Amino acid sequence: MDAAAEQEYNFDVVRWFTVMATVYLVVGALVGVIIAAELAWPIVNLDIPYITFGRLRPLHTNAVIFAFGGCALMATSYYSVQRTCGVRLWSDKLAWFVFWGWNLIIVSAVVTLPLGLTSAKEYAELEWPIDLGIAVVWLAYSFNFIMTLATRKSSHIYVSNWFFLGMMVMITYLHVVNSLAIPVDLFKSYSLFSGVQDAMVQWWWGHNAVGFYLTAGFLGIMYYFVPKQAGRPVYSYRLSVIHFWALMFGYVWLGAHHLQYTALPDWTGSLGAAVSLAMIIPSWGGAVNGMMTLSGAWDKLRTDYVLRFMIMSLAFYAMSTFEGPVMSLKTVNALSHYTDWTVGHVHSGALGWVAMVAIGAIYHLMKHTFHTEMWSQKLINAHFWTATIGAVIYVVAMWVSGIMQGLMWRAYDEYGTLAYTFAESVEAMHPYYAMRTVGGAIFLLGAVLMLVNVLMTVMKAAGEGSLQQARTAAASA
Amino acid sequence: MANENQSVSFQEKMEKNIWLLLIILALSLSVGGLVEIVPLFTIKSTMEHNAAPELIWQRQAGQTLNDYKPGDGMRPYTALELAGRDIYQREGCYTCHSQMIRPFRDEKERYGHYSLASESMYNHPFQWGSKRTGPDLARVGGKYSDDWHRKHLRAPRSVVPESVMPNYPWLKDNSVEGKDMARRFSVMQLMGVPYTAEDIASANAELAGKTEEDAMVAYLQVLGTMAKLDENKVYRE
Repeated sequence: MDAAAEQEYNFDVVRWFTVMATVYLVVGALVGVIIAAELAWPIVNLDIPYITFGRLRPLHTNAVIFAFGGCALMATSYYSVQRTCGVRLWSDKLAWFVFWGWNLIIVSAVVTLPLGLTSAKEYAELEWPIDLGIAVVWLAYSFNFIMTLATRKSSHIYVSNWFFLGMMVMITYLHVVNSLAIPVDLFKSYSLFSGVQDAMVQWWWGHNAVGFYLTAGFLGIMYYFVPKQAGRPVYSYRLSVIHFWALMFGYVWLGAHHLQYTALPDWTGSLGAAVSLAMIIPSWGGAVNGMMTLSGAWDKLRTDYVLRFMIMSLAFYAMSTFEGPVMSLKTVNALSHYTDWTVGHVHSGALGWVAMVAIGAIYHLMKHTFHTEMWSQKLINAHFWTATIGAVIYVVAMWVSGIMQGLMWRAYDEYGTLAYTFAESVEAMHPYYAMRTVGGAIFLLGAVLMLVNVLMTVMKAAGEGSLQQARTAAASA
Repeated sequence: MANENQSVSFQEKMEKNIWLLLIILALSLSVGGLVEIVPLFTIKSTMEHNAAPELIWQRQAGQTLNDYKPGDGMRPYTALELAGRDIYQREGCYTCHSQMIRPFRDEKERYGHYSLASESMYNHPFQWGSKRTGPDLARVGGKYSDDWHRKHLRAPRSVVPESVMPNYPWLKDNSVEGKDMARRFSVMQLMGVPYTAEDIASANAELAGKTEEDAMVAYLQVLGTMAKLDENKVYRE
């Protein structure tokens, strides 16, 4: 129990973000499993407009990225900034505004997306009034974080905070520019850009939402929580400086690799691909720095299930940051683009890296902000294996189906005509779509186990009075 | 990456000064986007119609959208087509269908001539898509009959047994009457889509008695039919 920290810092808002992140992980994964089932068995659409694949898919991506990912980022960044700066959050009121504002945005997404209110730009589907809300809450979140850094007691700004800062600045740029639109009415707007320019702006956003929100932000999580959980210092300070600046400067250029061979001018796509390839080095710099932090403490993996999540996440991170640059190569992209391979790549990053490192951090936060052990260690271990097995099944299914699709579309028979109709390629995907649904369902099961464990831990903390004790105990530490 | 920031002393300064760190970050993060996006608005060769003006409909004064013949070149969507395009977005069709044909032999044989940038110049937002769970639709216009599309929208598996597309039976029941297309035209006009005052004035009347299904079919049938592309001409290097 850390009574001194409990009384010094604002852990209340951290606790709420932590629990909500867990809830949204279940919601986001559940919607994912439903839409996976719709592709395997279209009857699941039930002829109901609100639950068709086309309307639920944006809900799935928004729920996992902005609801789960957002709450996880806000919980971890607000926790670690206080601990690394030695001061309480700059403003409690602003922190609560961010909590309620962000959750209100999530609720409005859950209502509007199934209704078909969408700007039809991938990963930025929410309509303009919600976009304005996001901008306000995001700036409030960032401002509170920056002011906390400005009032810090420590002399240096710790590395995890650099990554969170980079994310805050870049997401502000991206969200503002990509959301520029002219409203027709309260529920409908048209993007300010058209055609090729709109495509480039969209994928500048699309890839950097991955690069800064889901990579830089979660590297921030990694840099605080992996050393803390392992009880070891970060492996190399120098490496963290180099890979930080390389990522910040370089990642921004990658978006164009989503538009290879399209009507986007060739120079843009090639530039995007070239920088993508170079990004292997800083990405692996981060993965190595995280993994090597465990050197001398590898034995902990045998007993510490939370650490297992973190190390598995770094393994997935290393793999998908190798896969990404490979897919950006023109010859590979010619095959992989438009196929399930992309979906597989995204999920090896999302399930393997983003979710696992966040899950590890959430378990860590539960213990340290509720001042008690998790309700069940066995359940954490069960979660680890379901999450890992589920993710692997999902990713393998999509690799196979993606490469198969790509090959079937370009296959010619001996007479020099196309070997397969498009419909035949759809039919061939069925077993893999079913397999993907199973993999997703196993991952979802793990998320449910986690939610149960988290809620039981909250009850346990209340029963033991551990939180109450921490709040009132004479601060002796 | 040859960045002066790597010098340890400057790094140290930034680690001790949040505002300096913030400014250097804001500068580093803006470079890539500026270099890749801004030239797309300024370099003429980005849009093929700058070298091949026949790609765009050369509309004479007084002509309405009804005077247009397929193949005359790119033009703004009619009210019914735009209503259909809005429904296409509402239903999230772009999550499974691309509208961007790449310059490969198999794509040419399956879908037609590769797509040009000028072909989506009036598309706010673009609908190129990123995934082909279903086939590309950039040139689906005229490939099937209106009746086929209606049957397919209501029950895709009745015409394509392998399809995994949802049924869209509600499109035939929902009217598009009362949608304020004039306002939508005005917004498009504001952004540079060449609608005339007459187009805007007559927009809402075009939807009289039409269903969402009519609008969707009108939109699907116009896709890829506007510009007549010359097989022997190199539009793009």
